[in-house]
Amino acid sequence: MALLEAKGLYAGYGGMNILNGVDAVIDADEIGVIIGANGAGKSTLLKAIFGLLHVSQGTVKLAGKDITNMAPDKLVRAGMAFVPQEQNIFPSLSVEENLEMGAFVRRDDFSHLIEQIYGYFPDLAEKRNQPAGELSGGQRQMVAMGRALMIEPSLLLLDEPTAGLSPRYMNEIFERIIAINKTGVGVLMVEQNAKQALAIAHKGFVLANGRNRFTNTGEALLNDPEVAKSFLGG
Amino acid sequence: MTSLTSVKREIVLFSGLGLFLALIFFQMGTAFSLRMLIEAACYAIIALGLTIQWGYAGLFNTGIMGFIAVGGFFTVLISFPVNDKFWNSDGPAELGVVGLYLLAGIAITWAVSKSHRFGFPKKLVTFLTVLTFAISYLVVISALEPAADKIESGAGFIGGLGLPVFAGWIIGALGAGVVAYYVGRICLGLRSDYLAIATLGIAEIIKAVFKNADWLTQGTLTVSPLPWPVPTPNDIGFVAARAGYLTVTAIIVVVILFFLQRAYNAPWGRMMRAIRDNEVSSSAMGKDVNKRRLEIFILGCMLMGLGGAALVTSTRIFDPSGFLPLNHTFLIWVMVILGGSGNNLGAIFGAIFVYIIWTISEPMAILIFEAVKVYGNDWFGWQAPSDLMARALQMRVFVIGLTITLVLRYAPQGVLPEKVIHHG
Amino acid sequence: MNELIFFFNKVIVAGSVIGSIYAMGAIGVTLVFAILRFAHFAHADLMTLGAFFSYILVVAFPELGGFVGLPTGFVVLPVAMVLTAIFAIGLDKTFYKPLRDKNVKPVVIVIASVGVTLMIQGVIRLFAGTTSRNFFSVDGVAGKDIFRIKLPFEAASRKIFITEPQILLFIFLILAVGLLHYFLTRTRLGKAMRAMSDNPDLARVSGINTNVVVWTTWIIAGGLAAAAGTLLSMDVILKPDLSFNILLPIFAAAIVGGVGQPYGAIAGGFVVGFAETLSVFNWAILLRPFRDSIPEWIELPSKIAFVPTEYKIIVPFVLLIAILVWKPTGIFKGKVL
Repeated sequence: MALLEAKGLYAGYGGMNILNGVDAVIDADEIGVIIGANGAGKSTLLKAIFGLLHVSQGTVKLAGKDITNMAPDKLVRAGMAFVPQEQNIFPSLSVEENLEMGAFVRRDDFSHLIEQIYGYFPDLAEKRNQPAGELSGGQRQMVAMGRALMIEPSLLLLDEPTAGLSPRYMNEIFERIIAINKTGVGVLMVEQNAKQALAIAHKGFVLANGRNRFTNTGEALLNDPEVAKSFLGG
Repeated sequence: MTSLTSVKREIVLFSGLGLFLALIFFQMGTAFSLRMLIEAACYAIIALGLTIQWGYAGLFNTGIMGFIAVGGFFTVLISFPVNDKFWNSDGPAELGVVGLYLLAGIAITWAVSKSHRFGFPKKLVTFLTVLTFAISYLVVISALEPAADKIESGAGFIGGLGLPVFAGWIIGALGAGVVAYYVGRICLGLRSDYLAIATLGIAEIIKAVFKNADWLTQGTLTVSPLPWPVPTPNDIGFVAARAGYLTVTAIIVVVILFFLQRAYNAPWGRMMRAIRDNEVSSSAMGKDVNKRRLEIFILGCMLMGLGGAALVTSTRIFDPSGFLPLNHTFLIWVMVILGGSGNNLGAIFGAIFVYIIWTISEPMAILIFEAVKVYGNDWFGWQAPSDLMARALQMRVFVIGLTITLVLRYAPQGVLPEKVIHHG
Repeated sequence: MNELIFFFNKVIVAGSVIGSIYAMGAIGVTLVFAILRFAHFAHADLMTLGAFFSYILVVAFPELGGFVGLPTGFVVLPVAMVLTAIFAIGLDKTFYKPLRDKNVKPVVIVIASVGVTLMIQGVIRLFAGTTSRNFFSVDGVAGKDIFRIKLPFEAASRKIFITEPQILLFIFLILAVGLLHYFLTRTRLGKAMRAMSDNPDLARVSGINTNVVVWTTWIIAGGLAAAAGTLLSMDVILKPDLSFNILLPIFAAAIVGGVGQPYGAIAGGFVVGFAETLSVFNWAILLRPFRDSIPEWIELPSKIAFVPTEYKIIVPFVLLIAILVWKPTGIFKGKVL
């Protein structure tokens, strides 16, 4: 059974549809990557899946359960976590408090998880008591991902996790995504750095004008001359 | 909504209002109703000032009473008969000396604040500026105090200049505009909450000054009778005099309405609405949002000053302690949001309708509470407190508050909605 | 020496008292600002209402203070705080939340809060009239204790004055601030509150139950408002228009301290409180001891005060304007809305 099954989604702002029947299906141990031109509806798709935007038509299923238009806090409890592209940390809270906030819905002891996340992102361990707003861009992205991982999600949604990062941090983030995926977390992410993202993707979704243009394995899309010409910059 | 139905709606509402008025004329008599209409017309001018601030620019002004008081004060200062006793005393000379101290203080403080140009360290300059300001401020107020005391014990107060009433109204409007300029300069760049807080503060301060500076306004002793721009009831009787006054105020309302309607449909009005509806994109288009807002804030406050001047003149008494900042300010807010914010006709409708209700609610509240008192006593042996009537009138404050919250929630567009399509 | 004691009584004690009251009000205002993003104009009337709740409880159970040897008004305070907190949540549910759910501009909620303030005023005056009430004249047990402290100096014949309600106010404020600090930095809900103040969208995305945070905000704001109103009325007198002169100073305190910063609100409250007492203080009194050493041609005025008492409302306003002009984020680097 597919982990995430979004079928025929229509959604948009103020009565205007941006998504016109988009499908996205990934399995439990897969990384899915959404690419496409600006305004193709990539971020909108993530927001629609995460209940931040009203889906007017179509269904979203998580592990077979219908979650269409479910409120974000319920989705978090259902095991789905979302990292927005911008403003994805609590700047005046310390790094550790940011992680604790990620675990807000948990009532059990989660201290081992915090240590586990410091294991993923050793940079954060030394800055655990520093306000997250004082960190560098790459470190903030780590805090944001760490926060999302605190619920031990089955599916992690990432909106452009490497936007605006230096190459060093970009590579580190991609490595971490692979590592996280290896522990059995499904990942669906939107990326501007399409080539690198497709290289680690099991599935790729190329969107254009709110519709699926190409859907295939990451490798197949990388080698598809048409995709390369229009979406990967030649 | 098509424009046809909205015209129909206007016709229906205003005819209903006309019928209501006719009923009141019949019931309460011409003299009473004319006075009520005069005051309603003054409130209409004030409400037009508010509707352009709120409806055109989304500015939240909680200090309307302050601007009304400024308008009223300048009318007194300009048009009240000259107080010869004051001008023949030492008063003017002493005030002149205070004025000179004030100018000197400003000059010295300014000079000190610029002294960093001579290489003084910045921190020292700030400290010296504050120090000179404090000293010159103390000198000025300690010079003012004896002068004020002398005026109060001798001439009473400085009196007016004896100029025509209309001059007083115009200066009143300008005075309110000047106050608005300074408040707006500071607060309009920030979110509207700050403007709300600052206008509330300025209204309280204006009231405090007018109430306590007896040498200027007679304070709680009040100034009366104020001269009218038309013959007064003493000359030609209540009905004729009030009809004359009503004509004057009605003409002012119509003239203001004419210009506001033109401005609304002109590029200036379109730009204002664009700023209100989408501040970010308008500023991205290179429009100086804050400057435009300042313009409309000043214009609105000038209308409030003018309406306030006309209102105070019509009652023939300037009583600073009668300006209750929050309560009366929100009577005007009810007029505007009930009538339809951003719609000038709506503001006029709201002003007249709400003011009539406000006026007749006083005898009605007393009637209701009389009944409660009688039946409460008969049935339950309830002893009503002696100040029950004063409490009954407090209920009207409750009704203002309730109306505001209900209209905002259930009919945010008011009875005469603005005639443009809203996005989002 | 006596002049210094006079200064201490008039400026230090009085400033601390009114500063504590402003601080408690400003904490509420600043938290509502931070979590709900609007200036709550009904906050001062929440204080008046809380004081009336306490007063009604004292009238109903006048003997209660006798069991613990404290004024009854102070003993019933926790109940009044709970009642006011419930009332505040009710206000939110009836008037503010429906508007929030409609996604109106924040300023519309500000206007609604003025509507609410007028309604509370109307109701209070309908039931209580306009007369002043004294907590201690209905208290079955204690009168208001006033402590006169004599300093161990020969020259000090004047005494330091401090009243029982004032001491209780200081103790209450210290306890409340300590608890608030613990709540905000150590508890899950307190951290969630700071998180929501930082970034409301991310708080929602993280699964933080925003309704619970909103309720918590109203509980703290309402409880502190009731305490401030009660303790102020116990020290002075309970007037139906208590709120009138308090609204502007607490807004000023919240903005001076930095909007959204509870610690800033406390500092802001004291800044505004001391600014008021310092500016109405007659400084000529402090110069009197030096009368003889001042050359004769300088005539000492009998009164040197920056602001006459009747213009006291100017002080918080000037502070507010000054901070908006020079440092809109306030002393504790708050938000600029």
